[in-house]
Amino acid sequence: MTTMMAWPRKDGRKGIRNVVLVAYLVECAHHVCKQIARPFPDGDVQVVGFSGCFPSDYGQDMMAALCTHPNVGAVQLVSLGCENFKKTQLAEVIRASGRPVDIITIQDVGGTGPAVKAGRDWIKQTHAHIMAQPKVEMAVSELVIGTICGGSDATSGITGNPAAGVAFDMLVQEGATCIFEETGELIGCEHVMADRVADEALRPAIIASVDKAAKYYDAMGYGSFSNGNATGGLSTIEEKSLGAYAKSGQSKIAGILRPAQTAPAGGLYLLDVVPDGPPKYGYPNINDNAEIIELISCGAHAVIFVTGRGSVVGSAISPVLKVCANPETYDRMSGDMDVNAGRILDGGTTLQDVGAEIVEKLVALGQGQTTASEDLGHVEFVLTYKTAAPAEPGCHPN
Amino acid sequence: MTGQPTNDPRVLTLAEGDNIVVLKSTIQAGERILLCGQEVFVPHTLGLGHKLAAEDIPAGQDIIKYGFPIGFAAADIPLGGHVHVHNLTSRYTQVEVME
Repeated sequence: MTTMMAWPRKDGRKGIRNVVLVAYLVECAHHVCKQIARPFPDGDVQVVGFSGCFPSDYGQDMMAALCTHPNVGAVQLVSLGCENFKKTQLAEVIRASGRPVDIITIQDVGGTGPAVKAGRDWIKQTHAHIMAQPKVEMAVSELVIGTICGGSDATSGITGNPAAGVAFDMLVQEGATCIFEETGELIGCEHVMADRVADEALRPAIIASVDKAAKYYDAMGYGSFSNGNATGGLSTIEEKSLGAYAKSGQSKIAGILRPAQTAPAGGLYLLDVVPDGPPKYGYPNINDNAEIIELISCGAHAVIFVTGRGSVVGSAISPVLKVCANPETYDRMSGDMDVNAGRILDGGTTLQDVGAEIVEKLVALGQGQTTASEDLGHVEFVLTYKTAAPAEPGCHPN
Repeated sequence: MTGQPTNDPRVLTLAEGDNIVVLKSTIQAGERILLCGQEVFVPHTLGLGHKLAAEDIPAGQDIIKYGFPIGFAAADIPLGGHVHVHNLTSRYTQVEVME
């Protein structure tokens, strides 16, 4: 396969983007971050952060994983000054990763105006510096790709998700790391999934992760089934789950990851996004973007997003490749879509061809191409409270 | 997928053993379509992705799609009947339709 060019990082990973993050460490610093980023292109400088003022191990782990993501080249941290975020600890993690990092504390520098000026000055200098670093070749085996589906309808499970599954099989065969989720959307197919484990020790963990999700959503009062799904012809969570499950492809499942954990080697991984213990902070992920950010926290260079009814979102940090499963939706919203998987329904093409097109477009992201959502300036970011995940050494052999 | 010539070209059989077919495009209210060699009447307009029974399905029997059960029939469903939230019940989370 064709070679990609990427920015090398100290930990050995490589980035297909070289983004400067402006990160608020409490919501009170969010506006200052937006002002700092305003003069710069969306692709160069992006705003992320943790809104809460109360301490959060999960928020701390996620911010550390995101600020040292391979697609990130430098980080401007912005603190109000009195929040409970361990900013020095985060800055140390970023510095140790070899990235330029700076902390602005709004209360110390004299308020909004001076903070915005300091941030913009630092970014101007730093961005020029990181863009001057030479790129190196990157193999497909070094890619980490996530997949999610959102705004699903019955076509998602017929065209888009199986095509994403074909793409995953091709990538895993090349040695890449592929991550699917979301256990709350796999309720009803846990036993089918458990039959695919690479290591028998993983079987009970797979079933337990889906069982945990079913109990968690039950406690929330709802499953992950919305009215839009029913309008599109889906009738039950099992039906939606089997359709969602198709995007994992046919490869053996190598392990289970938790948010902010990276895979130890190439292969197919299940991302378990549901926290352990009793439900504490509400829904595990409040929307598609929170899920996308968790895939990115596991090192995903790009995310395949399969949609039937038509999602428009992208994400900060990593490109989101939109695969449209429904040909009618594609006709209506083609400017937001990267791949028209719905043409499978007309008999115009096969799942294999669409899967190959997805892989080709992912690789092109490492060769200077951009996604529709990047071109449209989509840099959504959602990160809320969650119980931090314990390390589970038994769950990913190697 | 099995390419049965006895079906309307707008329906799709996803896997062997399925007792439903999926619509590839809209079927208008009042149309008579061919399903498993029989002519069936479709009383309501149904869009892409909706399901029709590919055989007579008695109440309590599993509805099979992708070769796996997606719930059970809450009532007797005749060949060609629309299979959806009104007559298909999940064995997991109850579906709440909110308009």
